[in-house]
Amino acid sequence: MGQVFHPRFGLYVQLVLFAVIASLACGVLVWRASTAEPHGIGEPLEQPVPFSHKHHVGDDGIDCRYCHSAVESHAFAGIPPLSTCMTCHSQLYTDAAALKPVVDSWRRGVALHWQRVHQLPDFVYFNHSIHVAKGVGCVTCHGRVDRMPLTWRAKPLSMQWCLDCHRAPQKFLRPRDKVFDMTWKAKNQDALGMALVRHYHIDTRRLSDCSVCHR
Amino acid sequence: MSATPATEVAMQALRQRMGDAQGPRFWRALEELADDAHWRETLHAAMPQLAALAPMDRRRFLKLLGASLALAGLAACSSPPQEQLVPWLRQPEGMAADEARFYANALACAGDVCGVLVETHMGRPTKIEGNPAHPASLGGSAPALQAAVLELWDPDRSQTPLHRGVPATWDDFFAELAKLSRGDGRGLRILSGAIVSPTLAAQRDALLQKFPGARWHRHEATGQGQALAGATLAFGTPLQPIYHFDKAQRIVALDADFLSSMPGRLAHARAFAQQRKPPRMNRLYAVEPTPSLTGAMADHAWPMAHGEVGVFAHHLAVALGIAGTADRAADEKRIRAVADDLLAHKGQSLVLAGESQPPAVHALAHRLNQALGNIGHTVDYVAPMDVVEPADSLAALCKAMDAGEVDTLLVLDANPAYDAPADLGFAQALAKVRQRIHLGLYRDETAQLCDWHLPMAHALESWSDLRAWDGTASIVQPVIEPLYAGRSAHQLLAALLGQPTDIRALLQSRWHAGDDEGWNRSLREGLVADSATAPTHPSAVSADIPASMPTADDLELLFRPDPTLWDGRYANNGWLQELPKPLSQLTWGNAAFISPALAAQRKLANGDVVELRLGGRQLRAPVWIMPGQAARSVTVHLGHGRRHAGHVGNGVGFDAYALRSDRSPWREGGLQLHATGEHVELAATQHHHAMEGRAPVRAGTLDEYLHDANFLHADEPATPPSLYPAKPPGEYAWGMAIDLNACIGCKGCTIACQAENNIPVVGADQVRRGREMHWIRVDRYYEGSAQAPHTHHQPVPCMHCEHAPCEVVCPVGATVHDAEGLNLQVYNRCVGTRFCSNNCPYKVRRFNFLQYADVKTESLKARRNPDVSVRNRGVMEKCTYCIQRIQTAHIAADREGRPIADGEIVTACQAACPTQAITFGNIADPDSAVSKAKASPLDYTLLTELNTRPRTSYGAHLRNPNPALGDDA
Repeated sequence: MGQVFHPRFGLYVQLVLFAVIASLACGVLVWRASTAEPHGIGEPLEQPVPFSHKHHVGDDGIDCRYCHSAVESHAFAGIPPLSTCMTCHSQLYTDAAALKPVVDSWRRGVALHWQRVHQLPDFVYFNHSIHVAKGVGCVTCHGRVDRMPLTWRAKPLSMQWCLDCHRAPQKFLRPRDKVFDMTWKAKNQDALGMALVRHYHIDTRRLSDCSVCHR
Repeated sequence: MSATPATEVAMQALRQRMGDAQGPRFWRALEELADDAHWRETLHAAMPQLAALAPMDRRRFLKLLGASLALAGLAACSSPPQEQLVPWLRQPEGMAADEARFYANALACAGDVCGVLVETHMGRPTKIEGNPAHPASLGGSAPALQAAVLELWDPDRSQTPLHRGVPATWDDFFAELAKLSRGDGRGLRILSGAIVSPTLAAQRDALLQKFPGARWHRHEATGQGQALAGATLAFGTPLQPIYHFDKAQRIVALDADFLSSMPGRLAHARAFAQQRKPPRMNRLYAVEPTPSLTGAMADHAWPMAHGEVGVFAHHLAVALGIAGTADRAADEKRIRAVADDLLAHKGQSLVLAGESQPPAVHALAHRLNQALGNIGHTVDYVAPMDVVEPADSLAALCKAMDAGEVDTLLVLDANPAYDAPADLGFAQALAKVRQRIHLGLYRDETAQLCDWHLPMAHALESWSDLRAWDGTASIVQPVIEPLYAGRSAHQLLAALLGQPTDIRALLQSRWHAGDDEGWNRSLREGLVADSATAPTHPSAVSADIPASMPTADDLELLFRPDPTLWDGRYANNGWLQELPKPLSQLTWGNAAFISPALAAQRKLANGDVVELRLGGRQLRAPVWIMPGQAARSVTVHLGHGRRHAGHVGNGVGFDAYALRSDRSPWREGGLQLHATGEHVELAATQHHHAMEGRAPVRAGTLDEYLHDANFLHADEPATPPSLYPAKPPGEYAWGMAIDLNACIGCKGCTIACQAENNIPVVGADQVRRGREMHWIRVDRYYEGSAQAPHTHHQPVPCMHCEHAPCEVVCPVGATVHDAEGLNLQVYNRCVGTRFCSNNCPYKVRRFNFLQYADVKTESLKARRNPDVSVRNRGVMEKCTYCIQRIQTAHIAADREGRPIADGEIVTACQAACPTQAITFGNIADPDSAVSKAKASPLDYTLLTELNTRPRTSYGAHLRNPNPALGDDA
């Protein structure tokens, strides 16, 4: 019986295999690149005004709710209207170059466009008020905002990450009066967490139901 | 094209069995009654809608499969866009970004004025609910009211003034108007619809005073002219009856559709349904030539020709001893029984006639009410809002235009070029007018014939005031700035009169001059307190009423407003086009309704095109066989066949105005009907989503119920054991009860659900394939013979089965249960296998076969409810029990650390229902309203034998027939 395959056939097979692997790898890279989030964890975003939480929260000690006033009552914590900025900045640093866009915006009556740092897909219906009411601290999801000169995302905000808490809320809950505290740490989180789950009357049976976040 | 063989076979079988129907007790289509073999085959096919697909070979299938895989892969390659946050400069008080705000308002819709609450998100109106404080709504809403919000966002709306088709500005027009304002108005005519706004009426009076030579005409294609003429005949002055169905125990409806087309219909429906709670039920007799929703609710519905209705009323008057003599009635037993029943309920009975009946029948109804002592008890009379003198009619206008007496015609929100009776020759007469100006929402048929077309501001964009049918006044406030360059009729008239154009100030000075508190209260509550018209005490009814004579015509043609499109003004509204018409279940078009007997005689099947000839005019129309239609009556619905409605409404159906005459607007004798041999496939949904002969509807009579309250459950087996896990464990258990005894089949729930849940419109072709997307459908079942059947309506949302058959077949876990008993659909997991839909015995799941949701048109995006995900192609969806409303209430209650109160969650369908047939709540709480409804002995679940344990249950439908009449329909 003669030779079935030509001697050069082996080369062809190798080339074809290489091409398949290379194109698959390219495909994966293209797919990863095109579906990646617009910005990563710990990566500050360029904003129209270099607003510093570090300065306002860390140095000046302004409460979160002074600006994010709807956080206890609504789904959306609220981005402060320019009038809130102007309560101080009509007097302070009025000539600072960094503040020029704010002053201009106020004078001309044209709103600022901030880049959103924490964005969720449209099919997720996140509600700040219920998390605050049930003792989830700001710092648990947003990190040490009081140390951020420019704001960045501190946590993945993926569904897996959400479920870590929804499946075991006792690991993260804190007393109601410590929610806005950036530095608080529990002495014994497990014991306190279990007590808080009962205290807040959290129905853990439904906490990982799809309907809690998706509609 | 001839009739399809299958339909032909069905009709042959039907013709054979017409006399002695041996089919099931309850039936949806005539083919089912005839037990047609093809019908059974269709049912047995797992997905009947697939039958409409063209046959496909393997090669083409693989090609399409490959292409869709590749395209789907590409489509998935997009990163989430970087969002921006744009804060307020100064935040208005109480304006949270994510909270719905409701504004009380009023809308004039389909010949009725209703108080509404407009839901807005960030200033965008997204949904309309009834205003519980308003007497014409009481919280309920009709399909046309709900759909007004889609009209607001309709991209086809007129956006800029046009002068001879060229874009112009309002300033150009006002310059033109300034010339008009000189002189005494000779040659100036104004045409509007019926005037239901007191401020518009005042502006009219001011205008006629300033321009004594001008005339103001009114034209309403489906107005109340005959009813007012009837009152004039009876009392010597036009009066409008206000009916009190809460006090009426015996009702005779003479071709009167008080539940779905008379003004005050929502209030009627509420009061009527309240009186039908066993063990106490009222009794309704309906005589009508063509089935209506009122006839469908009747305990005795007798189809008879249009003219026979008057004869019936006359015989009734004779039997009650208030009219002279009459020939012996053919149906003497019925007349006697009805008369005795009425006499036994003096002061608690009611006789009413419908608009389509001639004035003499209306007058006779008033006379009967007087004789029965009902006036002042079950019926009051008030002065009507607008009485059109003959000199102010459209006919007078056409005559004047034809004679060259009209120099300028200003058309305010009317469309006579489409909806004028054909014999008036409006378009030809209009051509003789020098200056023609049209103000309207759309560049419609009339706008096409005018030099100037001006965009009108939508009712939700402008200030106005309206009076409801009982005279209750409401302030209409804008809930959004005009989207386009629209202005209201008030603003236009103010400019013409040289008045200030601040309509808000005009309204406040009219209703609450100098009283800001009262003004704010009226705005907040949606009505001006104590503004209802006081009833007048009419003089005795004239005894000189001409007796109705039976007509000798062979065939008669009846005109009716379309149940959803009304006179055609809503033709460009996709929701209303796609909503299956009550009773016929037709969508996207109209048909000539014929009786089963006429169909058998002329060998016609559904969809066969006939030519209707009347006088010198003719019209081609497909026929639809309507059970319960009088044998020799043919009904056509107005409002279709628009030529310039917009992208949605153009050319849908046929234009029945072409046969209408001014002299006899509702009925014409001497109709000739000729088969053409052509056939079209109508988009009807009555065959879709059938649950086969498994008795989905349970019905009985009041007597049966009083004899044994459990009569429906007599031979029901005990709940069988199940392999499924026990009940979901949550703190709450959501459930729904639907009272079939209260459901009038208006389909307000379907449209409310569509608006709330961002449900797309799919179009006629997709509906023909059985792909309509409505999450709650209203099935219509017939019982008994095809000539005079009993009708049952059954709204069917998802049953939220505790042991859901859909869940076990999903390969990707896209449909799962939550702890509180909701059967969830997770859109992001769904890969579109449709196994769940196949395994659903209730056929409530809807699949996005194509990209139905319009994600491109900007204005439609703004309409959507931001609390509900928009579904894309390839995803299954279904009723969620309005999960967004449950979660909103859940979060509010949990935040405050309290339990969710009973009645705190109201689903969209429940809120819209005018008769409160739907109850929703926590069935784990024995004191909740829904638990009490489910405890009724009439309560049953659909297909109990399948052991799915649905959370949705039904209250059986009861009739209260007159014992003296036995089983006489």
